[in-house]
Amino acid sequence: MSQIHVTTKINGDTTEYLCDPEETLLDVLRDRLALTGAKEGCGTGDCGACSVTVDGRLVCSCLTLGAEADGCEIDTIEGMADGEKLHPLQQKFLEHAALQCGICTPGILVAAKSLLEKNPSPTEEEARYWLAGNLCRCTGYDKIIRAVMDAAEEMRRAS
Amino acid sequence: MSETGIGASVKRLEDYRFLTGRGTYTDDINQPGQTHAYILRSPHAHATINSIDTSAAAAAPGVVAIFTGADMEVGSLPCGWQIHNKDGSPMAEPGHPPLAQGKVRHVGDQVAVVIAETLAQARSAAELIEVDYSELPAVVDMNKALAGGTLVHDDVADNLCYDWELGDEGEVDKAIAGAHHVTEIDIVNNRLIPNAMEPRAAIGSFDRATGEYTLYTTSQNPHVIRLLMGAFVLQIPEHKLRIVAPDVGGGFGSKIYHYAEEAIVTWAAPKVGRPIKWTADRSESFITDAHGRDHITNVKLALDESGKFLALKVNTKANMGAYLSTFATCVPTYLYATLLAGVYTTPVIYAGVKAIFTNTTPVDAYRGAGRPEASYLIERVVDRAAREMGIPQDEIRRKNFIPRDAFPYQTPVALEYDSGDYEATLNSAMKNADVDGFAARKAASEAKGKLRGLGYSTYVEACGIAPSAVVGSLGARAGLFESANVRVNPTGSVTIFTGSHSHGQGHETTFAQLVSETLGLPLDQVEISHGDTNKVAFGMGTYGSRSLAVGGEAMMKAMNKIIDKSKKIAAHVLEAAEADIEFKDGKFTVAGTDKEMTFGEVALTAYVPHNFPHDTLEPGLEEQAFYDPMNFTYPGGCHIVEVEVDPDTGVVKVDRVTASDDVGRVINPMIVAGQTHGGLAQGIGQALLEGCIYDDNGQLLTGSYMDYTMPRADDLPNFSTSNEVTLCAHNSLGVKGVGETGAIGSPPAVINAIVDALSGLGVTDISMPATPQKVWQAIQGAKAAAE
Repeated sequence: MSQIHVTTKINGDTTEYLCDPEETLLDVLRDRLALTGAKEGCGTGDCGACSVTVDGRLVCSCLTLGAEADGCEIDTIEGMADGEKLHPLQQKFLEHAALQCGICTPGILVAAKSLLEKNPSPTEEEARYWLAGNLCRCTGYDKIIRAVMDAAEEMRRAS
Repeated sequence: MSETGIGASVKRLEDYRFLTGRGTYTDDINQPGQTHAYILRSPHAHATINSIDTSAAAAAPGVVAIFTGADMEVGSLPCGWQIHNKDGSPMAEPGHPPLAQGKVRHVGDQVAVVIAETLAQARSAAELIEVDYSELPAVVDMNKALAGGTLVHDDVADNLCYDWELGDEGEVDKAIAGAHHVTEIDIVNNRLIPNAMEPRAAIGSFDRATGEYTLYTTSQNPHVIRLLMGAFVLQIPEHKLRIVAPDVGGGFGSKIYHYAEEAIVTWAAPKVGRPIKWTADRSESFITDAHGRDHITNVKLALDESGKFLALKVNTKANMGAYLSTFATCVPTYLYATLLAGVYTTPVIYAGVKAIFTNTTPVDAYRGAGRPEASYLIERVVDRAAREMGIPQDEIRRKNFIPRDAFPYQTPVALEYDSGDYEATLNSAMKNADVDGFAARKAASEAKGKLRGLGYSTYVEACGIAPSAVVGSLGARAGLFESANVRVNPTGSVTIFTGSHSHGQGHETTFAQLVSETLGLPLDQVEISHGDTNKVAFGMGTYGSRSLAVGGEAMMKAMNKIIDKSKKIAAHVLEAAEADIEFKDGKFTVAGTDKEMTFGEVALTAYVPHNFPHDTLEPGLEEQAFYDPMNFTYPGGCHIVEVEVDPDTGVVKVDRVTASDDVGRVINPMIVAGQTHGGLAQGIGQALLEGCIYDDNGQLLTGSYMDYTMPRADDLPNFSTSNEVTLCAHNSLGVKGVGETGAIGSPPAVINAIVDALSGLGVTDISMPATPQKVWQAIQGAKAAAE
């Protein structure tokens, strides 16, 4: 079967790749582009470890085909910091130790960023509900929620 | 306290790479020329394999090789702990082949491996393999398994792995017979699936030039894997076998064990002449990662008229699954029955334990391992006894606590607790949980038609696993020490090689704090190296909350050797007697003078030894230490959970979770709080959400995230955690361990809270997981009984 030529923008950089028709965006990112920040935790869209945004919309990249990304803008964890300067969410996760093994962390950060873009002032309940699509087995979510609320406050102050 | 030493909430040094997506987990690694493995697994729980035809699959596009059990005749995956029956005979220990040898014994059992250019090709080709099975009846229920008939292993009568006991049954029966009151409960400790968020993965390779095998694997203990796989399964000598466990995405016990896939990719690598990568998909994780818990127990607690405990008797059936996983056999014995005194002075205790084979996934240690099962039954039966006798929950506990001045305390079940203060943690938990305000909150809930309950759990556990002499006498086939190597580099920075393995615990930070405190170095001069058998001399790994209490102590021992050697060097350079050299804040000083050398100067001198007296002073500055503890460590504490139940739907809302734990000296309070949180979430998950269910044919019904309920962000509240400190009496740091306390203490607190909420309706028990359906039915049943 012939491969599909895709032109897309990943973290602001125009990127071209060839992929198989059935290949997921997650596999393209990880195996073809060496962007291994997004993880496969389940492959069924239940855990959120593969979260990225496509044209600003939060998706599970394990349920998105690589071919679908043609003409789209993809943002991944690798593009979240500004060079060495961490995004406020990353900084607050560091300050609260809102991560342990780190495997779910990229997906949770991408999801949290998407939340704050849509709702800069979430209640704790809204943050918990939004992040309910991202499984974390290590932290019990306590520090994640505190870090997101703290980052939201700081981002509101800064804007 | 320094800002980077013991007691400081240092920000985790490992976090930058995780936060930016730059962690390197096994599946993130790709090797040149790499092939991909797909494991064909049994769809049946129990069947004989008549034949396997791989010819069509072998001809499929991209296929490099296919192997079955007939090709891979290697050693059995070993069990690391031998238990003896009551009569002194050894347990039944059937073989566990990496690829099935003529029979499959659980859904997911490995039947063949297909190695291809891509994973998609390997998976497609596997569908072309024709396996002719004769299906056999499956045995899933432990009681049915004990009745014989269907045998998981032909040579294991009644599917009984062992029939073990601890304590004097006659004495305990006598105490129960003469007691004022006896409370009895049948308890199920529900089977759990660990679900580390990183699926297991393995990459095997072989270098024909050097004859060295390399295995990258998702392991909590790479050296243990090297020993087990090298010596027992594949007969590869250790100097030709390198195991690397890089960043590992959570373990919780499930990544301790030596799994078939590790052996398969390592064994097959020289046969295909290329690296072989295997990564579990989540379905494979559900059916092949060792499961946890799965006990059924009858417990009797005898009390006198004042509520003082006289005796405790338990009879437990423990599910081993289809094969013995690495540490499976010690979980329901030495990690369980030895904890049955709990925090109480119960004078006589008896435990009888039958371990049983079934056609299910192997069961092994999962966060807490045996101790959650012990604390759950103790705290449930104590809660019930208090209700039956009309004694307040805190009062019955205080009446029976081992008093703070009674340590060291010898329990009737083999352990000697070294330290603890159970009143202190109970008091602080009650204060932080605002128990005084509970009545008002309950009234407010009732006003809106809801039921509110408060549940207590006061627990102790044994961790810091473990003294080699003790575990050796109990059947362990390994020692449980830890090693550390401290390398002082010529310019004064320090690299520590530790046999502990971090898969979320934050070792790179906590251990660096020990170095900063002890050697007076800034954190950026410290590197913690772990997870590679070619770097670290040896290690027993991380489980049983042992990293700090055992691995940290090994580091302290090695650092003290560094200080001793440094003093020799400083004495030589400063022309003073060694006994006059003092070390403080990173400086070596001649006592009473202003002559001094910094740590960095000593390091440089050690590697530029231009005028060392070669007969008395060796160049270099590097020390190795092994530490074997004197005793287990005994964290303990009190968890109080408050729930609100909606009687119309059975939905339980966890409203408040308060944990006051004594984990010994705290090195990094922020990390300790995080470890506690994670344990609490898993404990609450067990109590309310998680349950592994098989049907009668041995098919796993809860094999996906749509069926197995994981705790999610909207299921849990924020937690209140705090620490009371009594120091461990037998290690230099005074540390005990925090990895498992949350999962050990919290499940009974949740269930006791639900029972409290429903007690007005006459409900006396609810089993885990307390799903809305179960709670609703309990309410309906109680209402019907009352009518």
